[in-house]
Amino acid sequence: MALPFLWMVSSSLKHELHIFQFPPQIIPNPIRWLNYPEALANPNAMPFHIYVKNTVIIVIVREAAVLLSASFCAYGFARLRFVGRDIWFGIVLATMMVPYIVLMVPTYVLFARLQWIDTFLPLTVPWFFGGGAFNIFLLRQFFRTIPEELADAARIDGCNEYAIYARILMPLAKPGLIAVAIFTFIDGWNDFMGPLLYLNSPENYTVALGLALFRAAVGGFGSAGGRSRWDWLMAASTAMVIPVILVFFALQRYFVKGVVMTGLKG
Amino acid sequence: MSAINQRLSSWGLNSPAARRNITGYIFISPFILGVLIWFLVPAATAGWLTFQKWNLITAPRFVGLDNIENLFEDELFLQSLKVTTMYTLVAVPLGLVLSFFIALLLNTKIRGISIYRTIYYLPSIVPAVASAVLWAFILNSEFGLLNAGLRAVGLPKILWLQEPEWALPALILMSLWGLGATMVIYLAGLQGIPEVYYEAAEIDGAGAGNKLIHVTIPLLSPVIFFNLVMGIIASFQIFTAGYLITSGGPQNATLFYVLYLYRAGFLHLKMGYAAALAWVLFIIIMGLTVLIFKYVGSMIYYEDTR
Repeated sequence: MALPFLWMVSSSLKHELHIFQFPPQIIPNPIRWLNYPEALANPNAMPFHIYVKNTVIIVIVREAAVLLSASFCAYGFARLRFVGRDIWFGIVLATMMVPYIVLMVPTYVLFARLQWIDTFLPLTVPWFFGGGAFNIFLLRQFFRTIPEELADAARIDGCNEYAIYARILMPLAKPGLIAVAIFTFIDGWNDFMGPLLYLNSPENYTVALGLALFRAAVGGFGSAGGRSRWDWLMAASTAMVIPVILVFFALQRYFVKGVVMTGLKG
Repeated sequence: MSAINQRLSSWGLNSPAARRNITGYIFISPFILGVLIWFLVPAATAGWLTFQKWNLITAPRFVGLDNIENLFEDELFLQSLKVTTMYTLVAVPLGLVLSFFIALLLNTKIRGISIYRTIYYLPSIVPAVASAVLWAFILNSEFGLLNAGLRAVGLPKILWLQEPEWALPALILMSLWGLGATMVIYLAGLQGIPEVYYEAAEIDGAGAGNKLIHVTIPLLSPVIFFNLVMGIIASFQIFTAGYLITSGGPQNATLFYVLYLYRAGFLHLKMGYAAALAWVLFIIIMGLTVLIFKYVGSMIYYEDTR
């Protein structure tokens, strides 16, 4: 399991000629850090800092959208009683099972009609509408673990539901919100299909799309013509993985809790 | 305020129950709007598109059932269906069994176990593009890790990505690297099984095999079921590996369904035909889900019947 990782990192630090060596070196000699700057600002392709900037913008807007919208809906499902609530919650669960890829053509048509193609809007705006069924589900589960008495006390003091949501539930739900924030970051950072469909100009590309373009630029398809620069490709891939791994290690305990909550009924 | 209250009460909307309903719907309104805009509108569009010939540029033209009739004469459609079915039939069961046994191994209380759990989990959060580039290198016939391993033990090299019969197995092998999420869900399920069941089984003289078959598997069956359903739904939607590593080749051996759908829509600009393809995929996935719920669902053991 760890072997492909080690292979990726080790190859990213090898001199181009040592890539072809058999048996392969585990620890590169000499270690060639220069692969990283050469890969991330390569004359054959757009420099990666532009992709990083685009991805960061998309991810930040999406975080705001998901955290606000999903928690707001989740509060309704977790804490309020109203006609049709369970039916709507059933629809939340059902939409989690919808294979969204079957809607990619009509959704593209919709964005084309709105003239949103080659902008960040298709990758951000939809998240303001509920923030994803999965996140609503996760936060609802989390809200339900918070004692009702706190809210009741606030109600007696004259708080309305919006104030209870904003001032009592949200601060207490921090671990759940962090879990959702991590998932949103990883989904946004890793997403390939969305940017592939909706972004056309390389200066609007995300990191995922930029890495795919970089691969096309410096070979690696095993096709004839032009050398495949696996040293650069592994450096760029490693660089793309590092933020995800860092977030994972920094916030591991929230992360595992989130994964676990999704797998258990409740 | 009182004017508003009067108006509301004249509509019968000022009772506590009505106000509760209004507040409830205000809270869930983002989701309701989302379903309307991003689900119902595209779904209706997909229905309309199925009967059109449209390249996104010139005006759409009504063609009746042409798109659906064309499906059955389209060899690439049948090929993509075959490839995706074969992939699902092998990758999903293999993944379920493998991640189950890894979870069993990792469900022990030895020192440093959390490091092993992390190592097994991490590949599943690696970006699909990065993992595709990495595996294109690992599977490379000349200087990839896999063939280096084969050569080290004296086996001949395999042209993983050039031979039609090896390309799909190669991508299945790659899929097994990303099993971490499934494994963690199993692990959570395993840790939820009370120790007393195992103690009771031991008193009855059960060995490790019997405990696995009579305690662990029945109690874990809801989790296995969850992973099975999610695994099948995800497997029918596989795209990135086929798009980036093999481009569907060699000889369409890895032409996954969604890759073909993507090409029909966005390479050949056949929007109507792509919509028809999407409906077929939707029917397949929903049909399979219903079948699994019907036939496998009844075998699930639920501890608390609610």
